[in-house]
Amino acid sequence: MNKDILVCGVGGQGTVLASKLIASAAMNLGNTVHSAETIGMAQRGGSVTSHIRIGEQAYSPIIPHGNADVILAFEPAEAVRNLAYLKKDGIAIVNSVPVKPVTESLNDTGYDGRDMITYLKSKCECIVVDAMELCSGFGSTRYFNVAILGVAVGTGKLGLDVETILKEIEVRVPAQFVDTNKDAFLAGTKVGSANK
Amino acid sequence: MRKEYVMGNGAIALGALEAGIHLVSGYPGTPSSEIIETISKYRQGSVHVEWSVNEKAAMEVAASASYSGARTLVTMKQVGLNVASDPLMSLAYVGIKGGMVVVSADDPGPISSQTEQDTRMFASFCRIPVFDPSSPEEAFTMIQDAFDYSEKYHTPVLFRPTTRVCHAYASIEINETTNPRPYEGFVKDSKKWVIFPRLSFLNHAMIEKRNPEIGRDFSSYSGNTVSGMGKKAVFTGGISYSYVKEYLKDYPDVKLCKISTPYPFPEQFALSCLQGVEEVLCVEELSPFIESELLKIAGSHNLSVKIYGKLTGHVCASGENSADYAADILSKFLGTAAKKGIDLSAAPALPLRPPVLCAGCPHRASFYAVKKAMEGKKSYFCGDIGCYTLGNAMPLDMVDTCLCMGAGITMAQGFHWTDPDSTCFAFVGDSTFFASGMTGVVNAIYNEADMILCVLDNSTTAMTGHQPHPGTGRNMMGHIVDKVSIEKILAGMGVPKILTVDPLNLNESVKAVQECASLKGVKAIIFKSPCIAISKPEKQMTISDKCIQCKKCIREIGCPALITAEGKVCIDKGLCTGCGLCSQICPVHAIGGDCHE
Repeated sequence: MNKDILVCGVGGQGTVLASKLIASAAMNLGNTVHSAETIGMAQRGGSVTSHIRIGEQAYSPIIPHGNADVILAFEPAEAVRNLAYLKKDGIAIVNSVPVKPVTESLNDTGYDGRDMITYLKSKCECIVVDAMELCSGFGSTRYFNVAILGVAVGTGKLGLDVETILKEIEVRVPAQFVDTNKDAFLAGTKVGSANK
Repeated sequence: MRKEYVMGNGAIALGALEAGIHLVSGYPGTPSSEIIETISKYRQGSVHVEWSVNEKAAMEVAASASYSGARTLVTMKQVGLNVASDPLMSLAYVGIKGGMVVVSADDPGPISSQTEQDTRMFASFCRIPVFDPSSPEEAFTMIQDAFDYSEKYHTPVLFRPTTRVCHAYASIEINETTNPRPYEGFVKDSKKWVIFPRLSFLNHAMIEKRNPEIGRDFSSYSGNTVSGMGKKAVFTGGISYSYVKEYLKDYPDVKLCKISTPYPFPEQFALSCLQGVEEVLCVEELSPFIESELLKIAGSHNLSVKIYGKLTGHVCASGENSADYAADILSKFLGTAAKKGIDLSAAPALPLRPPVLCAGCPHRASFYAVKKAMEGKKSYFCGDIGCYTLGNAMPLDMVDTCLCMGAGITMAQGFHWTDPDSTCFAFVGDSTFFASGMTGVVNAIYNEADMILCVLDNSTTAMTGHQPHPGTGRNMMGHIVDKVSIEKILAGMGVPKILTVDPLNLNESVKAVQECASLKGVKAIIFKSPCIAISKPEKQMTISDKCIQCKKCIREIGCPALITAEGKVCIDKGLCTGCGLCSQICPVHAIGGDCHE
């Protein structure tokens, strides 16, 4: 399998965990995998991007522009920020719930993510998911990442099956959160397969 | 054998363990820090691993271990190499016995550094070999080769990955067991191990004779590779090789030459690559190192080849390369089509997400206390390297200067001598204080400067990922050790006024600053409160309906947990740690809750 997958969000949204689940699932299916995370100086609240490159022919650790098959975005502006990486016939799976910059209270820009979603829809194939609604049963925004991952797996575009990811969740998520993570992931897969 | 999916830094660590290292020392610095952390996790047998107090100390600890015949690894970021350059320059003359590899991770961009310096230039300056890996996989095998060359030529060698190699992940196949190589022990020989002008003179001559030999040896090194053919050639190395290779997948009619050992330059290899070539593009980051070497070769061999790169303006002189930038310059060089992604020219303005001090960070409270205490008085605020450099951001705006590790302490003294009526502050973190702050304090006492030292003691090395240091009471061998007390160090130096305060107690902190500001000489305030990223408090502030929406809390301290929703001030419960600073600022006491006090 040859696939480039970009996962992006804001520090604290679980971008790194989602990318680890994808990378290790792909490896367990016998693929060669490379990945790279770009995290700036911000501990929380900064833009975080994770590049996962599946296949033998990936040399650059960062996906070249116009090469990503799928973008998983946990935040609308982060999807736009990374849109140059997407293939022309690629797909973006985007959480519509915005994360305001931490400087927003000092300098109100009125950012609410809506412009971003409109723009994304005009530029590429995308599935927009309201993760707040999708995760309402799980009581926390901390499951947005696995829910969006579920949507992507559900569409079949990642080339990864539900069972393999569920196994990875068991291995990589702290025991007390495994069940809720699985439920949020499965809720996402349903949305994904409905959008196939 | 088993496979491990690791970061480039992990691959370097595992490669060094395979090479049989006995001792590893270093100082944290992005992008190099995970090397020592990985060694600490995977080490077996008698391997000694330490976070040294700074890079100079790390280099010296490793030097004598290497004199004893043990294989040693030293790790740092590129600016750390400046700190370690004193021992390294001399060590290059003296030489070593057990293989010694110095990893100095470069940071093109720069992404998290003060400079865009190039460790390859440092190698050439020191007259010692340097290896330049292009991927985590290559780093794993290359560092093992680096140990062999180090021993073969009795010289320390540099190994310089860059950020994108350090932070990329790949699968590495490792042995289940690794053991340090046995070593002979130190053999006394003052003609060999004691540097004197006579020894330096003799060894300098030996080094200049030896280096062209190493260059010839490197010409057949497996890491220097050539593929493809044609009249156009691309010379590259390090991560740029990966970017170029990514683009040239579709263009086999180009010669691709990889230089993995930039110094001593593999001249014979480069000459053979240049045969039949009319035009060369050099794709490299930081300095035009390969380009300059090729120009020398072309000149001394009268080659009629055109060489393009940074010196000719074909490649950007500064900043980091990327797969996209490489594709861009290669398409111009080859006359091929540039690959275009989605056109984003009409994208809406993106929200900026600048780095800020975390919600509840005790540094915010320390800066605010000094700001309040010194309101309306002429003061200088000298910052330093660490999370607290972010004290420069609005609304705190409390960092006037930041230069290099420990510099704030000595720079505060320079301001005192040019403006004696002002109050000069130096802000330094606990790890930075141990690394390079202490001598600056002695300098102030001895030379009678007036200054206030503010040690922002959060009991960790926060910026680089929470490494322990001498003040934390634990080390990388997993031992609990006596904490080195900053207070006692300062007292021992003779600092007459040392106050230790909790920065989250605003009144107490402001009073401490005012008291120190009224005194002559060197004064110290230790603002002691743990980093919230490791102490993980789960307390929360609340805002009552007494709030008059004056927004003083937001305007004064800029805590990310203080937000507005529908025009009203509220607390972001996902971020608040209950530090209680805002409750001490509120003019109508509307903020309370389960706070720090």
